[in-house]
Amino acid sequence: MAVATIAAAITTLAGCGDSSGTEKDQLLVSGASSLTDAFTAYGKDFGAADVKLSFAGSDELAAQIRAGAGPDVYAAANTDLPDQLNADGLAGKPVVFASNRLVLAVPPSSEIRSVADLARPGTKLAIGSPSVPIGSYTRTVLSRLDAPERDAILSKVRSEEPDVAGIIGKLTQGAVDAGFVYATDVEATGGRVKAIRLPARLQPSVAYGAAVITGASHPEEAAQFIDGLVSGQGAVALRKAGFEAPPG
Amino acid sequence: MPAAIGGSRWFRAILVVSLALALVFLTLPVLAIFVEASPRQLISSLGEPGATEALWLSLKTSMIAIAIIIVVGTPAAYLLATRRFRGRSAVLTMVELPLVVPPAVAGIGLLAALGPTGLLGPALGDAGVELVLQTAGVVVALTFVSAPFYLRQGVAAFETVERSLLDASRTLGVGEALTFVRVAIPSAREGLLAGLALAWGRALGEFGATLMFAGSYRGVTQTAPLAIYERFGTNFTSALALSALLIGASGALLLSVKLLGGARGFGNAGG
Repeated sequence: MAVATIAAAITTLAGCGDSSGTEKDQLLVSGASSLTDAFTAYGKDFGAADVKLSFAGSDELAAQIRAGAGPDVYAAANTDLPDQLNADGLAGKPVVFASNRLVLAVPPSSEIRSVADLARPGTKLAIGSPSVPIGSYTRTVLSRLDAPERDAILSKVRSEEPDVAGIIGKLTQGAVDAGFVYATDVEATGGRVKAIRLPARLQPSVAYGAAVITGASHPEEAAQFIDGLVSGQGAVALRKAGFEAPPG
Repeated sequence: MPAAIGGSRWFRAILVVSLALALVFLTLPVLAIFVEASPRQLISSLGEPGATEALWLSLKTSMIAIAIIIVVGTPAAYLLATRRFRGRSAVLTMVELPLVVPPAVAGIGLLAALGPTGLLGPALGDAGVELVLQTAGVVVALTFVSAPFYLRQGVAAFETVERSLLDASRTLGVGEALTFVRVAIPSAREGLLAGLALAWGRALGEFGATLMFAGSYRGVTQTAPLAIYERFGTNFTSALALSALLIGASGALLLSVKLLGGARGFGNAGG
């Protein structure tokens, strides 16, 4: 009997697909951390379903999907991860729905004015770990510098964070002097850090891709959700958070 | 009588089923890691850049943390166990508080206390002590989260030492310090070692507070759990292999502490 009770409790907690009793269907959306503000605003306005959001590093969410976690929509901070899921039959054809810029984030009172200033002695830098999109974009930026400057800057790295929140946190706590993040992340801090624009020759193309997950319980609503990101309430929320229109 | 026998049979069945459930549930994830990671992967993952560095850093920082915990924690636990003073239970609760504090909260708290802009940050900076994003910061985080396990177990262990034993020792003219070293510690040894194993295990597994307070940098602050997390997104196989190695290291540690204390010690470690 105890076993049956426990089993029943676990089934309830795990929410085994039983949607009886709720007026609206639940749409599970897994999004890159940088989409938090825009998706939260969009999710509230989305009429077709009750949107349940989960945010984490894009790579981490992709790993969860590979391990069998089944959201309806996956939205990543790059196009590689959705493309790979699509190639492996785990997701539908990805849609590019927004773009972002990489910036150098510093405290408001900082004397750092450009990427070149990072090479100064005593500077401390936090960047994304190579396994997450923000980290690989950062390495793209640095790879476009000449070798001595790149190496000088890399030698200032004190932490490789698994997500943008870690970089911003280290920055606002005064643990580091600068970090590479997305323009939208600086926007979200409400002035606690400021953004230094990167010169065009260093700026990588940061495109966001979303796809409906294969076997989604609500594929129609999922497609609607992605459509709205391209043109609709979702696009409005994305612009408000500082995202730009998809490239091309 | 038949009813009573039937009842006890029922009860015994419940006990056995409960233990079987607990055993399967608690060992399945650990077994799965070893099933999924082949020995060849284990060996090749050791050769990966950063893997051995991370394991070594985990061992080194946790050993330093444990040394600090033993040196400060043992006398502190002895005081709490052998003296009755006003506010004792409040003190006990306060030193146990980190047990129930989530690691992320521990990380925030450590930053707020010892970070560059924290309470003691400027003073530490003036003294030339740098903790955040340094190996020393990892030790601080590990000590914070694991010390309560040792303290709690230590207090319980010293409380079970016969009062008359300590009194006799003192009556015989042995000073209090020597009584502590020669009588109290050996008598409480099993409980202390059990606390040590728990604290060490917790330190080896620490993730959240380390990431927030010390960051993640290969060879400096990236401990094994942080390295596993970094691999999770890109190379699950390598994350599995490193997990298996960490389980091996923690298991060996637990076993050696157990052997040191005599297997009996763990039966009544809870005091």
